[in-house]
Amino acid sequence: MSSTLIHGYEIVIGFETHAQLSTQSKIFSRAPTAFGAEPNTQACPVDLALPGTLPVMNKGAVERAIEFGLAVNAHVAPRSVFARKNYFYPDLPKGYQISQYEIPVVQGGVVEFYLGEEKRAVRLVRAHLEEDAGKSLHEDFVGQSGIDLNRAGTPLLEIVTEPDMRSSGEAVAYARELHKIVTWIGICDGNMQEGSFRCDANVSVRKPGAPLGTRREIKNLNSFKFMQQAIDYEIRWQIEELEDGRAIEQATVLFDPDTGETRAMRTKEDAADYRYFPDPDLPPLVIASDWVERVRARMGELPRVMASRFVASYGLPEYDATTLTQGKAMAAYFEAAALASGQPKLASNWIMGELSRRLNAENLAMEQVPVPAQKLAALIGRIADGTISNNAARQVFDDLWTKGGEVDAVIEAKGLKQMNDTGALEKIVDDVIAANADNVAQFKAGKDKAFNALVGQVMKASKGKANPAQVNELLRRKLA
Amino acid sequence: MAALHDLTVAQLVARLRAKEVSAAEVAQHFLARAKAHDALGAWLAMNEEVTLAQARSADRRLAAGEVAPLLGVPVAHKDIFVTRDFPSTAGSKMLQGYQSPFDATVVARLAQAGAVSLGKLNCDEFAMGSSNENSAYRVARNPWDPQRVPGGSSGGSAVAVAARLAPAATGTDTGGSIRQPASFCGITGIKPTYGRVSRYGMIAFASSLDQAGPMARTAEDCALLLSAMCGPDPDRDSTSLEEPPQDFTAGLGASLEGLRIGVPREFFGAGLAPDVRAAIDGALQEYRRMGAQLVEISLPRTELSIPVYYIIAPAEASSNLSRYDGVKFGHRAKQYGDLVDMYQKTRAEGFGDEVKRRIMVGTYVLSHGYYDAYYLQAQKIRRMIADDFQQAFRQCDVIAGPVAPTVAWKLGEKADDPVANYLADIFTLPASLAGLPGMSIPCGFGAAGMPVGLQLIGNYLAEARLLNVAHRYQQATDFHQRIPVAVDAAPEARA
Repeated sequence: MSSTLIHGYEIVIGFETHAQLSTQSKIFSRAPTAFGAEPNTQACPVDLALPGTLPVMNKGAVERAIEFGLAVNAHVAPRSVFARKNYFYPDLPKGYQISQYEIPVVQGGVVEFYLGEEKRAVRLVRAHLEEDAGKSLHEDFVGQSGIDLNRAGTPLLEIVTEPDMRSSGEAVAYARELHKIVTWIGICDGNMQEGSFRCDANVSVRKPGAPLGTRREIKNLNSFKFMQQAIDYEIRWQIEELEDGRAIEQATVLFDPDTGETRAMRTKEDAADYRYFPDPDLPPLVIASDWVERVRARMGELPRVMASRFVASYGLPEYDATTLTQGKAMAAYFEAAALASGQPKLASNWIMGELSRRLNAENLAMEQVPVPAQKLAALIGRIADGTISNNAARQVFDDLWTKGGEVDAVIEAKGLKQMNDTGALEKIVDDVIAANADNVAQFKAGKDKAFNALVGQVMKASKGKANPAQVNELLRRKLA
Repeated sequence: MAALHDLTVAQLVARLRAKEVSAAEVAQHFLARAKAHDALGAWLAMNEEVTLAQARSADRRLAAGEVAPLLGVPVAHKDIFVTRDFPSTAGSKMLQGYQSPFDATVVARLAQAGAVSLGKLNCDEFAMGSSNENSAYRVARNPWDPQRVPGGSSGGSAVAVAARLAPAATGTDTGGSIRQPASFCGITGIKPTYGRVSRYGMIAFASSLDQAGPMARTAEDCALLLSAMCGPDPDRDSTSLEEPPQDFTAGLGASLEGLRIGVPREFFGAGLAPDVRAAIDGALQEYRRMGAQLVEISLPRTELSIPVYYIIAPAEASSNLSRYDGVKFGHRAKQYGDLVDMYQKTRAEGFGDEVKRRIMVGTYVLSHGYYDAYYLQAQKIRRMIADDFQQAFRQCDVIAGPVAPTVAWKLGEKADDPVANYLADIFTLPASLAGLPGMSIPCGFGAAGMPVGLQLIGNYLAEARLLNVAHRYQQATDFHQRIPVAVDAAPEARA
């Protein structure tokens, strides 16, 4: 794996991500999981840990874990074990969290993605099921804390990577890819503001070839932007510490978006002894192979399978295929446009280029694209058959985007049809050669740039309607 | 005609069905009797209005011609089961006045079967103890000698049934807490196979061991109650077995001809008191007369069951009791500084000594660096103990032996010696660790005139056989019919 050194240090990053599973009810009770309800209205006796209550596994949460395991080519354990992680905290009602410790439900797996044009693969160690805690509310209560247990018992899948990432960019790309996978297969709504997808980044630095450095864990990164900032800050801080001769102490840190800095919450000395032991209230989670197969049969095409198909069936470059399978909506849009136009690569270019640019500029989701795939296909058809130039097509696209309408009607109304009348074009070319003797001379002296200037003049004189290929050909012939 | 409190559950059911007596009359009779003998310390919570309302409801069901197995029969619950109608304390200050918003499955199923609740019975705090002396509320006294302990942790249940203050009671057994007090008080009790009865609504002590069961005067009554209590509860308790409910009275009366009774030699060592041994030997001879054959067997890890149990049970308890932190319910210290101080004061005030002792032991054995040596090792031996039973059951159909090494001891005698208490659990712990059903039935009296119980252990789900083996013995003997006459001779004297 290649890596970029910063001041001679190699960066090593591993991730732990908590993905909230999109079940209607909690992982061990029947209370609802909806976000934003009045405090303590979505907590039943089990969530409140009332005496005599017991956990009962939510099958829906297990199925989502199986789906994730299949999506990342992991081993779905036929038998996994729930354990208790014991610690006291007011928003942890039982005094322990039910999690998986020694034997998790999902083992191994890999997340593949592109970092620029380069293909990367981050190995997963595991993904395990666990319950979320409640929330402590420190505002609004003078000298006291409030406890909201609505979130207590919400199902989480904690996804842990190997320390495979070598830059903040790669870390963010991994997180984006993981986010794509969990939302694509529909096991998590991916809402980062509401905490449905929370990342912890373990960051360390080392001299190349040296053993792993001491890591610090940045907790609760809930936006990709902060993720990048936090990791970059942390890397700089660690390198400065080492350069100043100070050792890094293992710690858990928080990122403060206001200052752009990370600060330590607790160090290893404060680390609790969680006294993990198998939860006697829950028998081992047994997943028979036919259950896995039923889930597999029900699952749609996975993004990486779809991407390979795009490469094989449409002849797209890997990079295009991966980009187009960022989300189900984009992939479906591409496939509709490619089939209708018969021009997969042009469709890909338009979606990854103009369409994505406008989505970003207007902060729209793919589902909100105002130009249907069929219209983009029609527009591509008009480029392919030489009716309009690429530049003209961008103008048409803008019109379709902002005003709607039909492709041919817009071309007509804006007078964007290319000049296919050779006679008229020849006259323009002749006029341009006559008026630009300097450029002609330079071109003949071997300067290619001068030729481009002449093409530009012809295009300008034709008000962009000339077919650039035709202009090229005519000019070369006349200057030969 | 016999007094109402001398009737068995089966007899009461018949009288109620025949409308010879109303459920309200029966309930009133037992409430009055329980109040008159309050000095025995069996009750922690009583509510006449609630009980009588339930009894009147049972009378309406009876009048409507409904046939439910326990319609109108009063039953009292160990205060380990949570109940909507009575406070639920687990015998602990930590839960003083705690009101549960739901009924335990056992309580709900008995109510469904028509039982009328007489309230909540005394027990050792969080079911930890074998003398009932760890109750945070009051001393429970053995009806055969009020200066002696009734056993524990289901001490109140045993007292109520033995003194005929309730026809039957619920109990829970983690390491012997049904069998040992049944033995000490001369009544019949069964701890079913682990998972036979739902644990939902049982305040947890040690989750992998806790099991609820009935305590009554006869095996037949236990069969009636267990039939109503058992059955799967998949939506509430993941450890409840899928085994469908069963009518345990159906098989009662079958002959014991050819029954092979295993007698574990490790249960008859030097630690067994001679008076207990004599009673047990007598019972075994009685079985031989009934056509059973005695087979000597070995349960070689019997002694190890003490350290194994006293690692696993406290480990689970230390975690189960973490929820009592003063945040959400139960006791919270009045004066405290920061959060940690609140936790410390709350738990220091709310828990008694034995509970604290077990939380500390449990926390220790689960700690980093000790887990492998204690908890993991204990789990391995636990599996071996279960395997030893399976070996034994190749040679026999049921196992018989003493419940406890001695009869009930004097109040205070072992109160300051926890290890002596632990050692007295030696004969009940193996079946608990293996998850096997076990019973105690009265089989004689020891030196001080105190009752002795015979323990019967069956294989998994063999409750029906176990109950029949007990029932046949009770048809041939009258130990279970003996009553502590002193209770009614001069009740005022103790009041």
